[in-house]
Parts: sequence; C-alpha cells; structure tokens
Amino acid sequence: MKVRVHVSLKNGVLDPQGRAIHHALEGLGFEGVNDVRAGRLIEMDVADSTTDAALDEMCRKLLANQVIENFRIEKVA
Amino acid sequence: MPFTAAVITFPGSNCDRDMAVAIEKITGGTVHRVWHGDAELPAGLDFIALPGGFSYGDYLRSGAMAARSPVMQAVVVAAHRGVTVLGVCNGFQVLTEAGLLPGALMRNAGIRFVCRDVPLVVENNQSLFTARYTAGQRITIPVAHHDGNYFADAETLDRLEGEGRVAFRYGEPVNGSQRDIAGVLNASGNVLGMMPHPERMIEPAQGGSDGRALFESVLAGLGVAA
Repeated sequence: MKVRVHVSLKNGVLDPQGRAIHHALEGLGFEGVNDVRAGRLIEMDVADSTTDAALDEMCRKLLANQVIENFRIEKVA
Repeated sequence: MPFTAAVITFPGSNCDRDMAVAIEKITGGTVHRVWHGDAELPAGLDFIALPGGFSYGDYLRSGAMAARSPVMQAVVVAAHRGVTVLGVCNGFQVLTEAGLLPGALMRNAGIRFVCRDVPLVVENNQSLFTARYTAGQRITIPVAHHDGNYFADAETLDRLEGEGRVAFRYGEPVNGSQRDIAGVLNASGNVLGMMPHPERMIEPAQGGSDGRALFESVLAGLGVAA
C-alpha cells in the first residue's frame, strides 16, 4: 500500500522558507501570490496490513513534530 | 569519585571534541566519549553533554533522527533519574525532539546561517548551570546555527518564564526566537538546552571565557570533587 504523509506548519507558526519562496516568486514577476507555506511530503510503501493506528503513530513519533507541524495521511491505492 | 562526564557523538556531530576538552579543562574530571549506537551509558555519570553539529545531516528535522537513536533512550532515562544534561546547538535541538525540553527550533527567521559572537543575558542565575553568573549579567558567547529560532506556544512560553526556566536570552535579535529565548531548562532544572556555544569561550585564546562559569556552576552545584 502506498501512503503519502503531508506535513505542514501549523497556522500561526512563522514560515521563513515559505516567505523566501514567496519573495522569489515575486522577483520572477509572478503577481497575485498571496501567501506561500512550505511543507514536506513523505511517500511510503507499507504492508497492506498496516493499520491506521500504526500510520498515525509513525507520524506522531517521528514524521511530524507536533509542536510546530500538522500532518495528514493519504492512502494512494 | 572524580567528576565523570559523557559526551555523545552522533554521525555529523562536530563540536564533540571541543565539548570534551572544555569539560576536561574546567572540571579536571573524566570524560567518556559515547557513540550514538551505544545502548548503555558508562556507569556513575554526573554529567552528559550533547554537542553541536549536524547529526544525521539534519535529515527530516534538525535533531529528529538523533533523538530516536539508541543512546538517546538511555539519556532520557538518565535525565529522568536526575543526571545533569546539557545540550548545545544541535544538542538543544535533539533535547526538544526527544521531549526532554519543550518547544522546537525552527529555521532562522532571516533564513541565513548565523555564525558570530552574540550578547546573552543571564535571566536566571539560580539554576545548576548558571549559579556562577549574576542575574542580568551580559556575556558574550558565539552562535553558529541555521535552525535556532525557538518556538513554543504562548501558554508554554508564559509557563517557562513564570517558572524561571528561561536561562539565557539574546541581548539583541539573532534568529527570530520567541521572546529572544536562547536557552531553556526542564521543570526539575537538571536539563539545559541552549543554542550558543559556551564550550567555545572557555579561555582568552578563544576570544573570551564567558562560557567557563557554566561548567564551573555545574561542577560546584553537583558538589563533586574536581
């Protein structure tokens, strides 16, 4: 089973990388970009028997730091 | 028993030798060098130091992989048992990732790596690590980091300040840290994490010796023969 874990910064946490990307886009002449937030995508291939609880625990224990980050688990077929 | 310390080396640590030399020179004690894959720490430790560097190449998040290494399981147990633990720079990041200290260290607000001497204010001189400083003392210690931007929610920050757990604050903006926090203590006061490098300021040849008192404080506080 393929699983994607989307890790993003929580609302209210300043994202210096997102801000730098935003400035760079503006520097390239792209207009109308209101905000940019940078996150992380982790793709995993796991046994079909892997439970939702186990995936959730992987995120909590390692893949995301819940002090600053949220995560979303997406199962891709 | 002489003062007995351990300095942990992770793959990518690069301040471990400086840390070991500082501890040896100031305390006159024995310093064990411990590898990240060791599941057990030497017996009879008074002090554990997690050095600066870029453990595991900062993969995933700074300190994230190191915090899950075998030796850190032993460090967490030792810290809960009351052993004194100091984490500097990457060591601070590892301590937050391991859950021994609150908050997280994010990319510097200005994006750039910051490498320079910075003014620090000793906020709390009642701790095991700071007793040889005076309250409000301004000292100079170098920083060298990309991810030193301390973040915690407002409630946590209020609690830290209320409990006197902000050990050091930057004397000027350095990296965007919430409330200019440079170093924090755990609730029981035996764990300190800080981004600046006290081990790089222990004698005049290094440009100053303001970091010395931190190690002297620990030595005196533990009451162990030097």
